[in-house]
Formats: sequence, C-alpha cells, structure tokens
Amino acid sequence: MEKAKHAHPNYIGIFIFLGVLTAVELGVAFLPWPKMVLILLLIFLAVWKAVLVALYYMHLRYEPTRLRLLAIAPLPLAVILVVAVTREFRW
Amino acid sequence: MAHAAPMLDDDMMVPPRGYQEGSGVYNEKLGMWVFLGSEIMFFTALIGSYIILRVAHPTAWKPPGEVLNVPLTAINTFLLICSSVTMVKAFAAIQDGYLAGLQRWLIATVLIGAGFVGVQVFEYMHLMDKGFVPSEGLYGSTFYTMTGFHGFHVTVGVICLMFVTWRAYRGKYTAADHRGVEVVGLYWHFVDLVWIILFTIVYLI
Repeated sequence: MEKAKHAHPNYIGIFIFLGVLTAVELGVAFLPWPKMVLILLLIFLAVWKAVLVALYYMHLRYEPTRLRLLAIAPLPLAVILVVAVTREFRW
Repeated sequence: MAHAAPMLDDDMMVPPRGYQEGSGVYNEKLGMWVFLGSEIMFFTALIGSYIILRVAHPTAWKPPGEVLNVPLTAINTFLLICSSVTMVKAFAAIQDGYLAGLQRWLIATVLIGAGFVGVQVFEYMHLMDKGFVPSEGLYGSTFYTMTGFHGFHVTVGVICLMFVTWRAYRGKYTAADHRGVEVVGLYWHFVDLVWIILFTIVYLI
C-alpha cells in the first residue's frame, strides 16, 4: 500500500473545532433572525464541518488528484438534483 | 489482403500497456471511494425528496425543538464526532506501528458508535410514545426514513468495526499494511459526515 508522506494532521484540534462549530450551530438555530438567514448560516456551518471531516479525517487533502476528483464528481450531480427538485413546483 | 478477424479472447478489453497508469491508490481504497460516491447519490436522493416535500408543504413541519429533542440529538452528534476522532487516532496509531493504540482506539470507536445507535433507539421510543410515528404524516415519514437509513449505516459500520477490532487483536494489521483499518475508517467518517448534514436539515432548520 502507498505510504503516508505527511505528518499526522492535528486531529484533536480539528475535533475541538468541530465541537465548537456544533455549539455555534445550536446557538444560531434558535436566534430570532429571518428564517432564510438562519437556513443559509446553518447550511454554511454544516458544509464547513463536512469539508473538515473529508479533508482531514478522510485524508482527501493528502490523496492524489485523481482520487479527489472521484470523490468530488458526485457533488455537482447532487446539487443539480436538489436545486432541480426545489424549483419543481415554481416552474 | 483480407483483414484478420478481431481476437475475441479474454484480453479484448485490456487497454494497451502504456495506458495502464492506475489510480495511485490501492484497490480496496479505490473501491470504497467508488462505493461512497454511490452513497452520496443515495443520501442526496433522500435529502432532495425531503427538501421538495418540505418546501411544498411548509405547515407539515414543526419549528426546531417542538417535537424533536434537539439537546439529546446534539449530544448524539457530539458522540459521532468523538467516534470519528477515535477512528482517525486508531488509523494514526497503526500508521506508526502502535498496535496497542490501534486496539484501544478501535474499542473506543465501537463503544461510542454503539452508544450513538442506543441513543437513537431511545429517541425513537420516546418520540413514538408521544405519538410521533412514521404514519403521522410527511414530518414523521421523512424523519424516520432519513434518520433510519442513517442509523442503519451506523449499525453496519459498528459491525464492520467489530470485525476490524477482532482482526486487530489477532495482530493482522501492521505499519506496512493496515488497509482494513483505513477502508472501514473512510466508511465511518462518511457516516459522520452525512449525520452532520442531516442534523442540520432535520433538527435545526
């Protein structure tokens, strides 16, 4: 198997940051702000956490470009599906 | 001069040697990433369906915290994040050739993962006691479908992790070859990643 050529990332630091972001999510969710602002903010925080997990815990940051492309390829399709079905009833 | 008939043998689909560069990763990891790509589309289909139903029928959903227990699920979310860090520490331990560390971190991951499933079962029982059942309507059916499929994935992950832990105690992994640990770890982190998204769209929005 291929050998890791990088030092271990700061896994505990990322864990603490993920915990902090989760706490921020909980705080934001119940703020008396406009619903659309809350939705965008919460989705931004969730995507931030997901990207951290993918880059550092799943080591995508350190993988060959071809594997990164393989992992990223379904995401535009996912966005297209979600956007398309969201717009369905307005067209 | 007549052309030679194509060779219909086992080598027909093998590309010319110069084009077989490989993906740069070992087969098990590549296979897991291809599987995770299909899993992304699976959960996207669920989430996409959820979004269209929710936008089309906004009154079918209650505000965050009114029906679902957000504090309990936040603790469960934190548990899953903890299990991700124990999983990656297990991987780092065996990368360094530290077998005892691998064993301990894997045990912790199995216990925390099982704890997540236990809390989810408790949550389901509590919600059903209150009358929030899958047949309750769109809110109930989408909630149980999405969290249920995720819980199923966690359960499968715990079973796979138990198998990897058993192999770890038999000394099957080394610093030179720990493919099983890395591949099951990728699945486990993916399950954590999906929950991060589900927690936000199901419980907080």
